[in-house]
Amino acid sequence: MTMLKTETVTVNLGPQHPSTHGVFRMIVTLDGETIVDLEPVVGYLHRNHEKIGEKNNWIQNTPFTDRLDYISPMSNEFAYVLAVEKLAGIEPPERAKYIRIIMVELNRIINHMVAVGFLLNELGCFFTPMFYALRWREFLMDLYEMTAGSRMMPNYFWIGGVAADLPEGFLPECKELVAALPGFIDEYERLITDNEILQMRCRDVGILPPDVAVAYGCTGPLLRASGVPYDVRKAEPYSIYDRFDFDIVAGTVGDVLDRYLVRIAEMRQSVKIVEQALRDLPGGETATPKKKTFRPAEGDVYHRIEAPKGELGFYLVSDGSVNPYRYKIRSPSFVNLQALPYMCKGHKIADAVIILGSIDITLGEVDR
Amino acid sequence: MTAKETFDRLAEKFPQFELAYVEGKDPAILVQGDNLVELAQHLRDEQEYDYCSSITSVDYPDHFEVVYHLYSWKKEGGPVILKVHADREDPKVPSVVSIWRGADWQEREVWDLMGIHFDGHPNLTRVLMWEGFEGHPLRKDFPGTEDEYAFG
Repeated sequence: MTMLKTETVTVNLGPQHPSTHGVFRMIVTLDGETIVDLEPVVGYLHRNHEKIGEKNNWIQNTPFTDRLDYISPMSNEFAYVLAVEKLAGIEPPERAKYIRIIMVELNRIINHMVAVGFLLNELGCFFTPMFYALRWREFLMDLYEMTAGSRMMPNYFWIGGVAADLPEGFLPECKELVAALPGFIDEYERLITDNEILQMRCRDVGILPPDVAVAYGCTGPLLRASGVPYDVRKAEPYSIYDRFDFDIVAGTVGDVLDRYLVRIAEMRQSVKIVEQALRDLPGGETATPKKKTFRPAEGDVYHRIEAPKGELGFYLVSDGSVNPYRYKIRSPSFVNLQALPYMCKGHKIADAVIILGSIDITLGEVDR
Repeated sequence: MTAKETFDRLAEKFPQFELAYVEGKDPAILVQGDNLVELAQHLRDEQEYDYCSSITSVDYPDHFEVVYHLYSWKKEGGPVILKVHADREDPKVPSVVSIWRGADWQEREVWDLMGIHFDGHPNLTRVLMWEGFEGHPLRKDFPGTEDEYAFG
């Protein structure tokens, strides 16, 4: 039997494509339906965030970081204010530290709800599972709205603390919600995890071996699903993470299904952390006294946190003026996205969409 | 291991390299560009710094500085920070993509926005700005005059 001679075809997916989470283009070379090569093209949302950050003063940059990864604004602010506090040697009050932990861990749950909800969407299971997740996300967003006045652009973290104390009614509502969350996750898992279609479409798709994940510098759930139990919260504990009891969740195979399961398990761990933080929340001040102009001493500093999508780092250089001399963001989505071609090669074109979804990127952060 | 100990160990291992210890909030090691790849190879293979977290650059008045933040998956604790200076006129630094594959896009970004050329990079093209764009926006002299602002 002679093989039929075929040619490869190059197809453009995007920049406007319903499954690309923003404006993102993939140039895919196909042999039949199999992906031979894939080249991601980014930059459509580029606005030179870092240059604008140099024109802003130090304080103006805090709300500006909300616009990076708009799914998890609190985490972005957390990374930035911690970097500035390290640079200026500011120690926030204890109560503020606990409030921050509550906010960023709720943020991790919010982010993972979006990630697992939309993953199902990309599998062709339109909207029902997504709205299951988004409904609960809205409850958490209500807590944000209550404290900061905005669901998605809170501007709640300030250098040296938080903008205001928790409003009346926050604690009972938050406790009630956190107590109900494991039930929701169980329900979601009953609905989705054992679903045969999910298992068949996600098992052994987009495998990323641990050594390759490390070589690409992948972080976050993407890395941990590959079986590398690395979490900045444990490896280099920042803020007060060393006071909480939680586990690092890791996968075994490193495929799309593992990434989904790691996110589900991380939601449970975050619930645990929030419960502990609510239990131990001390009274007192929520911010250090504010100054009209803020000028940190000269120097450079790098601070990284475990954001929901991976390692988010800020590299700041101060020349002693009111503006940062350099304001650089090491965003997890940008670095994780490099592994996409490796994961997609050899799979069918329909799988490229779920593999992309399983990395969990936000283009606002990739393109900056 | 503190940054000072790492520096002492490297200085002992590579006496022929001109290494310098940079004090600061995050102490760093100043490396000559010519020695960077060999030093990086040593750090990855012998000292397990297999994760290059961040590559970035700063435009100082008299030189460019490329900054590398290296961590290890196996060791806990702070980073090893390498700094390399590049000329203002013709900034060039060797690429470390052969050592940390994840450096690829980050070096492209530095080239794109700051205009520092990475010798030996497999595909040094613009990544955030579009092909055909002229100039490097993160440099302090960009845009030169107010008339050059693209968007008001």
